[in-house]
Amino acid sequence: MAYLKAMRPEDILKPTAAGLCSQIGGFHIDPVRPVERALITHGHSDHARAGHGAVLATQETLDMMRLRYGDDFAGSTQAIRYGEALKLGRTEVSFHPAGHVLGSAQICVAANAVRVVASGDYKDVADPTCLAFELVRCDAFITEATFGLPVFRHGDPRAEIAKLLNSVALFPERAHLLGAYSLGKAQRVIAMIRAAGYDKPIYLHGAMEAITRYYASRGIDLGDLRLVRDAKKAELAGTIALCPPSSLQDRWTRRFPDPVSAFASGWMRVRARARQRGVELPLVISDHADWDGLTATIAATGASQVWVTHGAEEALVHWCTMKGLAARPLNIVGYGDEDEGAAEIASAEAEA
Amino acid sequence: MNRFAALLDRLAYEPSRNGKLRLMTGYFRDTPDPERGYALAAITGALSFRHAKPNIIRALIAERADPVLFELSWDYVGDLSETVALMWPARVGGGERTTLAATSSLSNVVTTLASLGKSDLPAQLAAWLDALDETGRWALLKLVTGSLRIGVSARLAKTAVAALGDKAPDEIELVWPGLKPPYTELFAWIEGRAGKPVNVDPAPFHPVMLSHAIEEADLAALDPSHFAAEWKWDGTRVQAVAGEANGRRVARLYSRTGEEISASFPDLTDALTVDGAIDGELLILRDGRVQSFNVLQQRLNRKTVNAKLLEEFPAHLRAYDLLAENGEDLRELPFAERRARLEQLVDRLDHARVDISPLVPFSTWDELIAARADPAAAGAGGDAEAVEGVMLKRLDARYLPGRPKGLWWKWKRDPHVIDAVLMYAQRGSGKRSSFYSDYTFGVWTAGENGDELVPVGKAYFGFTDEELNDIDRFVRNNTINRFGPVREVVHDAAKGLVLEVAFEGLQRSGRHKSGIAMRFPRISRLRWDKPPHEADRLETLQTMLRSEDAATSVRPLARAASAGADS
Ligand SMILES: [Zn+2]
Ligand SMILES: [Zn+2]
Repeated sequence: MAYLKAMRPEDILKPTAAGLCSQIGGFHIDPVRPVERALITHGHSDHARAGHGAVLATQETLDMMRLRYGDDFAGSTQAIRYGEALKLGRTEVSFHPAGHVLGSAQICVAANAVRVVASGDYKDVADPTCLAFELVRCDAFITEATFGLPVFRHGDPRAEIAKLLNSVALFPERAHLLGAYSLGKAQRVIAMIRAAGYDKPIYLHGAMEAITRYYASRGIDLGDLRLVRDAKKAELAGTIALCPPSSLQDRWTRRFPDPVSAFASGWMRVRARARQRGVELPLVISDHADWDGLTATIAATGASQVWVTHGAEEALVHWCTMKGLAARPLNIVGYGDEDEGAAEIASAEAEA
Repeated sequence: MNRFAALLDRLAYEPSRNGKLRLMTGYFRDTPDPERGYALAAITGALSFRHAKPNIIRALIAERADPVLFELSWDYVGDLSETVALMWPARVGGGERTTLAATSSLSNVVTTLASLGKSDLPAQLAAWLDALDETGRWALLKLVTGSLRIGVSARLAKTAVAALGDKAPDEIELVWPGLKPPYTELFAWIEGRAGKPVNVDPAPFHPVMLSHAIEEADLAALDPSHFAAEWKWDGTRVQAVAGEANGRRVARLYSRTGEEISASFPDLTDALTVDGAIDGELLILRDGRVQSFNVLQQRLNRKTVNAKLLEEFPAHLRAYDLLAENGEDLRELPFAERRARLEQLVDRLDHARVDISPLVPFSTWDELIAARADPAAAGAGGDAEAVEGVMLKRLDARYLPGRPKGLWWKWKRDPHVIDAVLMYAQRGSGKRSSFYSDYTFGVWTAGENGDELVPVGKAYFGFTDEELNDIDRFVRNNTINRFGPVREVVHDAAKGLVLEVAFEGLQRSGRHKSGIAMRFPRISRLRWDKPPHEADRLETLQTMLRSEDAATSVRPLARAASAGADS
């Protein structure tokens, strides 16, 4: 009988300067530098970068990369379906819905019956624009910790949409300008506004037009969408318009009549953060799991090892340790070396 | 509680003054008595709950959350009440939630807290926190700890009440001292259902009148015959009020913000044997000489008053205005008449602990300039050391609360001292690395939404080790934001720490938003007694800068010398 050395999770995947690397599989996951073969969890720019040799991702993620970076974003591409198993080197990989944005996936890498799941970004609550998070049992779970503090409990997003619609009814003479990340958050918010019965036109900042049209082309009903730049100021009274968060404070807002500044983000849970940005109507809607979601998911995976990336690692590592799980932070390059405040604001603007 | 919580929540996010007024007026219009009255009391800071201290809240959350997770969360959020409101475990099921929430109206919370014993408080608070949602929990905790911090001054809240009827905010100010929560007679009067409430307190506080800063160059525009001048004393401003009701004599001492400090100054309240409201300076006199502010500070800092303290630090009132006498309101009279009445009253009182602040005689500005340059020769005599400038008061000025334009001017002796407000604190280095010892401070300027603080400098010396401890504690307890090693501390009109900053000169600076940079600023004194809104304004610095520019031809050498001494 051949001598079979027991596989450890770190023999399957380990953090390197370029990102999570599988030597025995011959690939990286969400690499931050150009690599030969990249597996991409989802289309957000901190995970999906241009310039890799070969890219393996869901069809939606590939489409989004093409939309953002142009046709030459990678040497070659290969689409993979959720649940489909693929042999790569000495590993077997499969993609599973992460519930984060359209096309987002957790990537399961297995070798010698040991499974490591890199979850990318995820949330365990309903989102009409993407498939629900699928629990994958594993030995090691790599989790994000964007909202890894027990003060982040996001609540029911439908109540936040109701808050927005109440404010629209209360101020019919004003425009409601809603900051939302262009990929995912904007479309989810629109779909939820529609689900709440609001059927008037919704206006878009030009920067989110292409990606929103793409969502619509994938069969997600977003109703009557128009562009802010085609509308006259008076027409915008009493309307809802979506824009990237960074546009909430710029000159662009002057084209609206007395705008109410709203922002849909998990960061809005903390008052000082909302006030710091001058937000008048904070909406706590997040595409990341909140504290309860993170801890429930970690427990449910059955993983005995937890690696924490992205954000407030310390608290989540502490929680895991208390539960008897081996946990450690993965200091993926680009995180943790900036000024705390600046990093927070930057990441809130990037995707929250 | 829910409506009140929703109001606070919206106020906290509403940036504009008008928006805040609209929200409050709407709330006062739609909310019945006594609920709205308690809300008004909460917003104006008229409520305080003896037993409800932050440590009770910390103990409650300690029973419900892991200590490490709590510390990390608190560190992140920066505000204790908000951290606890967010972390408080949600009730599963929540069947009784609505009924409980309904019974915990603001009125119920306020009246329950007022009568509850210390030992019953934690359980009652926990029951309310279980029943409320996140916003409700936040509002409740803000309320009981007495730190709403929603960017609404008492004045703005009264303005919102005034807008319910056709009243001017000042009319409310005048009756306010005699009123108590829930202010039903106030609302009845404003809504035209009853007459004006009468001031029943025999010794009420009268909101103070404040001055604007002035420089020598500004004098030319003023007519000296319209003004009286007094010394500006280096003490702390107080209001001494005495009266009688139902045969009971009442004498009280108030701070400039209306906080009663009688208990700390029995030697002074005993001296108030005639009825009236005196505006004056609290000083320590030894052998008839005014002592330095440092000496006064030692008495102000003392919590318990004993015979030894009273003997070593005898309190003295130097009177400069009279706001009421024998129940008659004098504030509508011109300054000259009030001054004459004050002189007679102090004469009649004839008490060693109370004297009158003398007028500085002058008929031309040149004479006043000379007097200010040498107070000892101009009548201040042995007390000249305690003179920090002169006050100019228009002879025909009524006594108006707030900072009316053109009536009172302060002309400080040393132009290189300002009162600024602490905005950010940073950890020091070396042996100070465990302390927040680098301070960024700001002064007021008109912003888009009313006055705002603009940073004008940074200082990291000039204070004693004991003062460093005090500031450090203040920073830790009043952090509203964190940016790595830097903490932003509370700095609104009502709450914050005023620093007296001394500096060597001013320069124009493109690097600072204020356009001004200070040379060698240092903390010269902590003004715990001063509310932030009384700190200096950017215009004062700009005026100093202009006179600095005019004087540069003769100053550089002197500056270089003192700069060397500092570093
Ligand atoms: Zn993402
Ligand atoms: Zn991410």
